[in-house]
Amino acid sequence: MSIFGFRISPSSAMNLDTIDRSRFEELCRIEPDAARCMSCGACSATCPASEFSGMSVRKVLLCLQRGKEEEAFRMMNNCMLCGKCTMVCPRGINTRHLILSICRIYDKEDKR
Amino acid sequence: MIYQGKQKIWSDYQKEIPDDHWFYVRSCIRQNFFPGSERMMMEICRNVLGKDFYETEHHTTCGGIAYHCDTIPQETAMTIVARQFALMTEAGYENYVASCITSFGNYTEILETWHEFPELEAKIREMLWKACRKEFNKPKYLAHSSDLIYKYRNDIAEKARFRLVDKENGEPLRVVEHIGCHYSKMFPSKGVGGAEYPYVLAGMIESWGGNVIDYPERRHCCGYGFRQYHVKANRGYSLSNTHKKFESMEPYKPDMIITNCPGCPYFLDRWQYVIAEMEGKTYGQNGYGIPVLTYEEVAGLVLGYDPWDLGLQLHQVAVEPLLDKIGIEYCAEDKYKGLNRKDIMRPGLPENLKCF
Amino acid sequence: MKEIVVIIGGGIAGLEAATQLLKLGYSPIIIEKNDRLGGHVARWNRLFPDMTPAKDIVDDLIASSKDANIFLNTEISFVNRLKDSYNVMLSNGISINSRFILYTTGFRLFEAQKKEEYGYGVYNQVLTNADLENWFNTDKDKRISGKDIRKIGFVHCVGSRDEKARNSQCSKVCCITAIKQAIEMKEKFPESEVFCFYMDLRLFGKKFEDFYTKAQRDHGIHFIRGRVSEVSENINGQVIVKAEDTLAGKPLKVTLDLLVLMSGMVCNPDSTKAASMLHLPIDSDGFLQSSDNVFHITSSPRKGIYYAGACTGPKTVPETLAEARSAVLDIHSEITAGKK
Repeated sequence: MSIFGFRISPSSAMNLDTIDRSRFEELCRIEPDAARCMSCGACSATCPASEFSGMSVRKVLLCLQRGKEEEAFRMMNNCMLCGKCTMVCPRGINTRHLILSICRIYDKEDKR
Repeated sequence: MIYQGKQKIWSDYQKEIPDDHWFYVRSCIRQNFFPGSERMMMEICRNVLGKDFYETEHHTTCGGIAYHCDTIPQETAMTIVARQFALMTEAGYENYVASCITSFGNYTEILETWHEFPELEAKIREMLWKACRKEFNKPKYLAHSSDLIYKYRNDIAEKARFRLVDKENGEPLRVVEHIGCHYSKMFPSKGVGGAEYPYVLAGMIESWGGNVIDYPERRHCCGYGFRQYHVKANRGYSLSNTHKKFESMEPYKPDMIITNCPGCPYFLDRWQYVIAEMEGKTYGQNGYGIPVLTYEEVAGLVLGYDPWDLGLQLHQVAVEPLLDKIGIEYCAEDKYKGLNRKDIMRPGLPENLKCF
Repeated sequence: MKEIVVIIGGGIAGLEAATQLLKLGYSPIIIEKNDRLGGHVARWNRLFPDMTPAKDIVDDLIASSKDANIFLNTEISFVNRLKDSYNVMLSNGISINSRFILYTTGFRLFEAQKKEEYGYGVYNQVLTNADLENWFNTDKDKRISGKDIRKIGFVHCVGSRDEKARNSQCSKVCCITAIKQAIEMKEKFPESEVFCFYMDLRLFGKKFEDFYTKAQRDHGIHFIRGRVSEVSENINGQVIVKAEDTLAGKPLKVTLDLLVLMSGMVCNPDSTKAASMLHLPIDSDGFLQSSDNVFHITSSPRKGIYYAGACTGPKTVPETLAEARSAVLDIHSEITAGKK
């Protein structure tokens, strides 16, 4: 292999054709409200972990829908389950319960 | 694909191209990249079709690369262009044809800018006068040289010795057409067929017997993008764009690619070697690449010119399988003989991309 | 003698206005350029948010306005202004004198092929909202019927909020129509995945938001914030859509079996033509200009000339019907005031 000093850059584009959405669908069966997020960002704005760690329930949901699970887990590691996001969600999503469900579903998957 | 839908769009983007009497300006880089192309343009227009094409050794770069790389202000590019127009005016021409796509885009952009801002035109006239005591008329018609080959495509087809078909079975060749970004993306109405479905090269392919392939990344840039290639740190972006296009066209098994820009054929050709080295992947049949040709080279081939006189030995990707498929005769031994049969020496051959 | 009111346009606004004028004892005359009544709504299948069959509404309106004088296949040749009335000359040679003209000339659906990058008319599997309604009505469209449809996309704002397409206005109904059609397609193809590409979701009307959350929660429709930039066709004849997921800040692509373009409402050139005969002002968006946009949306600056419905800008069905009634009330007030 020749060394050219540059490489084919990996694409940052998300290809929805290749995303496995089965776990997200499983999540929606348990937490139907997960699909109702309208990405208003109130959860992230109020999150005490957000400004230090980048935790954002909005982004976690988006990442899971777009197949970026690792990114979602990295954020969720910083969640303190304080419940402030549940208080502010205009759609009444029980975000605290949602986070626990995510942990359960995706964790189960990892052990398989 | 609904062909009639494209025809409808093509009919909306017809541009007036006078038949004769053109002032021709060359590209900065094409003579190094594809030395036979501009010579063939003159050969076809003057000697085969008997048209009046005027050239002067006094013309310079249009300043396009420097302008797009942000190293000169637009006023400088405009003054350079004004001088070219002065040369045209002095020679008694009013139809201006550029060999380079970026030049064509640059000229178009400048003429449109002057149209919108006449005070800027007045300023440039003054600057040109101060700089070199020249005055100019704006061209009555501006064309890219592929517009002219498009215009003459049926005359060329009539005189052609070969067609873009497989000589074994008479099937049309599968041809990818690639249009330089600056041809019509900035001003869709200035290009034959517009910007989304340009017809300028597709028209030639159809006229010369080939089948045009419309693949998903057809409109995508070749990847050259001055600031991507010329800055080494960004060079991977250039390669990645080309790679994306090849991945997208691969399922269609193209026989060849035809282009109308100075940079595109160069990068689509050379990056095939780089991709082969990096990834071990080739896109042509049997380990070869997909030959990438300029429209002048293709015109020269169908008219029956010797491939080595067209400069096809300077391509990275071997053109021989394509020549064999069409049935164009060539002398393999003469490939690396230059003018007057001078030996120009054989290059080293790559490992992963099959070449001769 | 009964007061004559000329109504230009036999869509739902014209029919509703005729119905109300008849109830008040006037004599409405509907001039319709096409060979049928009901305008755009007659071509639609079901209406948001209650999934009311469009046919029921149009049939009811036609029945209730049947006593009006109706000229189909008829255009306005010219209109002359007399001392305190108007002389309307029709293409069938009939001349009408009336003190009142009601413009219910409606809108025109944006021609989706103008957005060349979306490939309508070029790529097989690209259709418009109107094509889809037609399929709902007729079950005949070779792009859909009998096909294995697994992935469907909806592009909002096609020709709306698009200065390059010379329509900077929001067409108002496309967001909710996309959601309605997305749900309908999901019901017809339960195994399919449905994507809506939007710039902003503008769901202002009654129960519209409920519709949206229902689409998300009950039908699993994916909403992607980002304008589709380019559509192409792959070797299998599917369409490939490129957009940016602006919430994720990343470019995105997806391969679809069907792409539906939500063509917006643009001004009707026939409306402009009819307005120019009386030198009525045209607004910057190309629609007819009301005498003001808050208090007198159905009034023109000219005495005796009124507007109702989408001729002054994109409107929903209930808004159009309400305007028709409102314009009739204005006309009635003017007539009764004159009699005092």
